Amino acid sequence: MTKLLASREALLVLAIAVLLAVISWRFPAFVAPSNLLNVFNDTSPLILLAIGQMIVILTKCIDLSVAANLALTGMVVSLINIVAPGLPVIFIVLIAIGFGTLLGMFNGILVWKLAIPPIVVTLGTMTIFRGIIFLLTEGKWVNSHEMSDSFKSVPRTDLLGLPILSWIAIATVILFTVVMTRTSLGRAFYAAGGNPHAATYAGINVGKTQFWAFTVSGAIAGLAGYLWVSRFAVAYVDVAGGFELTVVAACVIGGVSIMGGVGTVFGALLGALFLGIIANALPVVNISPFSQMAISGGAIIIAVILNAQANRTPGRIILKKAEHAT
Amino acid sequence: MSPSDTPVLSLAKVTKTFPGVRALSEVSIDLYPGKVTALVGENGAGKSTVVKTLTGIYQPDGGAILVDGAPVQFPAPQSAENAGVTAIHQETVLFDELSVAENIFLGHAPKGSFGLIDTRAMFTGAKEILDGLGANIDPNATLKELGTANKHLVAIARALSIDARVVIMDEPTAALSHAEIEELYELVDGLKAQGKAILFISHKFDEIFRIADNYTVFRDGQLIGDGAISDVNEAELVKMMVGRDVSQIFPERDRNLGADVLTVSGYDHPTEFANIGFTLRRGEILGFYGLVGAGRSEFMQALFGTTKPIAGSVRVDGAEATIRSPADAVSHGIVYVPEDRGQQGAIVDLPIFQNVTLPSLKQTSHKGFLKMAEEFKLAREYTERLDLRAASLDTNVGSLSGGNQQKVVIAKWLATNPKVIILDEPTKGIDIGSKAAVHEFMAELAGQGLAVIMVSSEIPEIVGMSDRVIVMREGRIAAELDRQDISPEILVGHAAGITEAHA
Repeated sequence: MTKLLASREALLVLAIAVLLAVISWRFPAFVAPSNLLNVFNDTSPLILLAIGQMIVILTKCIDLSVAANLALTGMVVSLINIVAPGLPVIFIVLIAIGFGTLLGMFNGILVWKLAIPPIVVTLGTMTIFRGIIFLLTEGKWVNSHEMSDSFKSVPRTDLLGLPILSWIAIATVILFTVVMTRTSLGRAFYAAGGNPHAATYAGINVGKTQFWAFTVSGAIAGLAGYLWVSRFAVAYVDVAGGFELTVVAACVIGGVSIMGGVGTVFGALLGALFLGIIANALPVVNISPFSQMAISGGAIIIAVILNAQANRTPGRIILKKAEHAT
Repeated sequence: MSPSDTPVLSLAKVTKTFPGVRALSEVSIDLYPGKVTALVGENGAGKSTVVKTLTGIYQPDGGAILVDGAPVQFPAPQSAENAGVTAIHQETVLFDELSVAENIFLGHAPKGSFGLIDTRAMFTGAKEILDGLGANIDPNATLKELGTANKHLVAIARALSIDARVVIMDEPTAALSHAEIEELYELVDGLKAQGKAILFISHKFDEIFRIADNYTVFRDGQLIGDGAISDVNEAELVKMMVGRDVSQIFPERDRNLGADVLTVSGYDHPTEFANIGFTLRRGEILGFYGLVGAGRSEFMQALFGTTKPIAGSVRVDGAEATIRSPADAVSHGIVYVPEDRGQQGAIVDLPIFQNVTLPSLKQTSHKGFLKMAEEFKLAREYTERLDLRAASLDTNVGSLSGGNQQKVVIAKWLATNPKVIILDEPTKGIDIGSKAAVHEFMAELAGQGLAVIMVSSEIPEIVGMSDRVIVMREGRIAAELDRQDISPEILVGHAAGITEAHA
């Protein structure tokens, strides 16, 4: 299976390469390094959210509230910025992460302590979070001129040739690669989703592990919330509307099994990049947004077929065993 | 009983091949009306393939299926049903959320006007069949409200609802308690009297000799022998099955009982068990016997911390131990190997070494960060001890054979360096050869000073392996027996609560 997974990720790298090759044939400027860096930067929020979502899906759950969390946290920090324009941005970032974490914990508590199915919990909180934005603002927008300059500038500031937004995505990928492969908590995420019974017997509290997955997802969504509103310099009720499904799609394309227990940070990164490239490239090569949706949809189905193929192997192995018995 | 010389259903030299393996090789079986034919064989002998071939799930590659002597084909399960062949599967394939009557008639419900389901006819029909079985079950009840035994009766009623001529029973007693098994026997006798042909698949010899008229033995997909059950004895059947002489031998071992390691006292649960207390010594195998539903597994789960008792205390090595979660139990040196090792034991999408170290991550990590080298070392040590064969410890457990997966699960628990190991039904559903290996292994563990608690419903295993036996009945300890006092009759007597009448 490890081999298969590795090859599936290799396959995705290949698919991305082919995609880029096709695009460069129609529009060579797209693959210029500077443009690719732009695409990466543009995809960074998706990469962040996909990593959080991957961890949640690993534990056999799903977090549909990520985009609403992003919007609510973005609005909260925007309002704080209006009230206290002098507050250093580092505090804004910490508040965003902290607030997102609380929203994630709220999801996690409902899943863990009340054992409500995650899809129902996050469908509910998704609506609640957006509703709270409306209550806070009565539907009004927070516009660019209301935000302080330092608030808006951080994600765009260049550091060693890359915007800070890109650096945050890179740091998050590295951080969670380490967490998922090198810590007990990371192992617990895989175990809890791979076989909850076995995990329980091994002394892992499955509900608590799911709680931590939602907490991580919430923290990342909160951070992404600040980055999003400051980058686009606007906050309103429908920020990132429907984006949670793009995030889930990135995970599925990246080889994360919707049944839990299978997935890597690298896979989520590739899945997000794949969608990011499609979203950025198709408009420049004059393909309509509708074809873009069809292409993304096709990619999801192909990814799911590949997953199903990988899951079919155990059947063959039983027969091999029978072969030895004969 | 004279027309019983033409078989109602036969397999004639049937072959079935899967990529890489020949599951059935020119096998023949004849089923006669009013007769029970026992199909006997080790795991992997091809019994399930026969069931699937007879019920239209698999198509034979060679040979023929004959109904009343005429060759037929069952391209789909529906066509087997139409020919009057029905099977009661090992795991009952029923629907919890549907009513009893809907379960019985699913797929062939009586139709009324406009092709809609005639609910009333369905309920009267269900009632008739259930009454015929002597089962007092309300056809309106939702299936999930019923107990295991009653669910089984519904499965049987479903089989009979299609006016079956041939009934296939695939290990029907696996989930039943003693009294329920006796009722099943009566039922089978009833079906025989109605002239139905029955194919009975079982691991248990007492069952086979109790109800079968004929036997057929398979080994490795081949027909080894058949004939009338009155012409063979148990030893001959076993010999045909395994191809060698195996009297059920339990490993000899020196009984060096050490100091007390586990003391349980006054364990109470509001609904499942009361006043459970015992002491376990190093190197001891303590058997837990009882009928299904006597509360043995429920107690073990409480001891392991997956459910909470309302009262009671545990001492490990003389020190008070508080066990509120499996993690607590593991850290006190108590581990639990569940009954369904395949389902509940291994995480198939993780590599071998990660499975082995899962309960021991505290040992192999430092401040929450895992040390791969330590993990591999631990995993290598214990998988080598169990002689696990795999290309690399990086291999995912899902790609291993069933036997090797079990070794991974056991290695996982040994790696925690436990003091007490609880084995829940360690040999349930496995063949005789593998059973002996498991028993050997248990003896070895006890020999190394581990205390073993063995929950088992198989009397020979309890008698053959235990140093001491606790018999549970209705959530309480009915008897505690020392090695010399253990006999099948006494065990069953205590478990069923008929000791006085027996004596």
